Amino acid sequence: MSLSIDDVTRIAHLARISITAEEAHATLAQLNDIFGMIERLARVDTEGIEPMSHPLGGAQRLREDRVTEADAREENMKNAPAREDGLFLVPRVIE
Amino acid sequence: MNVRADWEVVIGLETHAQLATASKIFSGSSTRFGAPPNAQACAVDLALPGVLPVLNAGAVECAVRFGLAVGATIAPRSVFARKNYFYPDLPKGYQISQYEIPVVQGGSLAIAVDGVEKVVRLTRAHLEEDAGKSLHEDYHGMSGIDLNRAGTPLLEIVTEPDMRSAAEAVAYARALHALVVWLGICDGNMQEGSFRCDANVSVRPRGQAAYGTRCEIKNLNSFRFLERAILHEVDRQIALIEDGGRVVQETRLYDPERDHTRSMRSKEDAMDYRYFPDPDLLPLEISAETVERIRASLPELPAAMRARFTAQYGLPAYDAATLTASRSLARYFEAALTAFGGDPKLVSNWMMGELLSRLNETERDAEAAAVTPDMLAGLLKRIADGTLSGKLAKEVFAILWDEGGSADAIIAARGLAQISDTGALEAIVDEVLAANPKSVEEFRAGKEKAMNALVGQAMKASRGKANPAQVNAILRRKLSG
Repeated sequence: MSLSIDDVTRIAHLARISITAEEAHATLAQLNDIFGMIERLARVDTEGIEPMSHPLGGAQRLREDRVTEADAREENMKNAPAREDGLFLVPRVIE
Repeated sequence: MNVRADWEVVIGLETHAQLATASKIFSGSSTRFGAPPNAQACAVDLALPGVLPVLNAGAVECAVRFGLAVGATIAPRSVFARKNYFYPDLPKGYQISQYEIPVVQGGSLAIAVDGVEKVVRLTRAHLEEDAGKSLHEDYHGMSGIDLNRAGTPLLEIVTEPDMRSAAEAVAYARALHALVVWLGICDGNMQEGSFRCDANVSVRPRGQAAYGTRCEIKNLNSFRFLERAILHEVDRQIALIEDGGRVVQETRLYDPERDHTRSMRSKEDAMDYRYFPDPDLLPLEISAETVERIRASLPELPAAMRARFTAQYGLPAYDAATLTASRSLARYFEAALTAFGGDPKLVSNWMMGELLSRLNETERDAEAAAVTPDMLAGLLKRIADGTLSGKLAKEVFAILWDEGGSADAIIAARGLAQISDTGALEAIVDEVLAANPKSVEEFRAGKEKAMNALVGQAMKASRGKANPAQVNAILRRKLSG
């Protein structure tokens, strides 16, 4: 399978990355190389092998349900470009 | 006009229940509601560079409790995935959720509509994190972002398309709400958004096997809105098809003020979430021992308790269902019955009457009732032994609720005991007979109604304290003599 230029612009849009037509073509070639590699991997016989969801073995360690973080709003907001009433302000977005 | 006979409605629900943990699902921030904005948002919740999520054991335990209560399979291994989308109240650019392998698989929940029982199958329930809140007003053209809610643990509970009417959907939502509160895994506060429903609704000609095209309705945070939104959506879809149109798969938003649904986005521009396993989290493994430990800690479930209340106490099904509507009410019943030691139906009647109406009035839970189970039992004893008539008992109940104390103390202090002393009652009856010769004459002439008037006079003369059955008997004896 290979990607089309429309796939690339769609993926870029979903990732909110602005790319020029020239960049899209360069990216298309790179992505198709990667897909070629994946296709080679897909040809390996994996019959009877349990799929992994993580490259490391083992299981997730759990944390006790306890509040350990104190209010650090002032510290956290130091880098915020705009703030008011304890809120971060961002360009207006309404879905 | 709703649900015309030749159309069948098909509904599936997705419910987000906020889990009642102290801390967030992947961080040690508090989940308490109502804190000042961003006071409960730590580096993990803000997605600062280099942070890693660490899963909360309490959230996992809630999911397992739920799974066991609905007879589901608890996945020995489940996987967290990233659901990718951009929105300012989601600082990471993805929500951590579960996709291909959820922690709770299958299960079912029994509902009843107009006395007809039905089983709704569950597809799955998975753990995920909530997003923050965006405030769009009053910030001079900008949006305010509060990330206190970001990272609050949610259990998303998904049903099969098993419901066939808005009434069934509401019955399911209510049963699910009662269950998660019963299990103590969710506070159930719908105003605060702790329990929110999305409904997938479609219609098809009755008899057709294939499902119609469905629409998903979001933003349903009350049972009434859930019902209204489904009724409107069904009408909209049927009218559309009957006018020769077709339903387009889309997400619609319910607007409670205008009482209709409107399109949010269609399938064509639906979000492509590009799910993939989250590399920051290893698979969640739950051992058989953990499952058994949690199973042993489960309370008796509402359905089992309902059955026991009818079998053990001989209560009607309606009473059993009412008394098991919440765990606190059921506890209250058993505590009051134990302290009273008499007829369970008497306890039930007083709880469903006076107690529930006071609880509803004051919007209180049974646990916070001003009349405790012991206080109610004290009152019921005086009803059972004939000290109090029903009318006087209601007065005593009102005093107990408003002022506290014990039934016995109130009866003694206010002289409220029913007069059952034959001598005293005979004196009252004699007075009444002497004062009402006309009624006496009428009764003797065969007018049964005159008896009621005489009993009424005797009750009045005793200021409500005469035992009505005894008054009746004495009157009949004297009048026939």
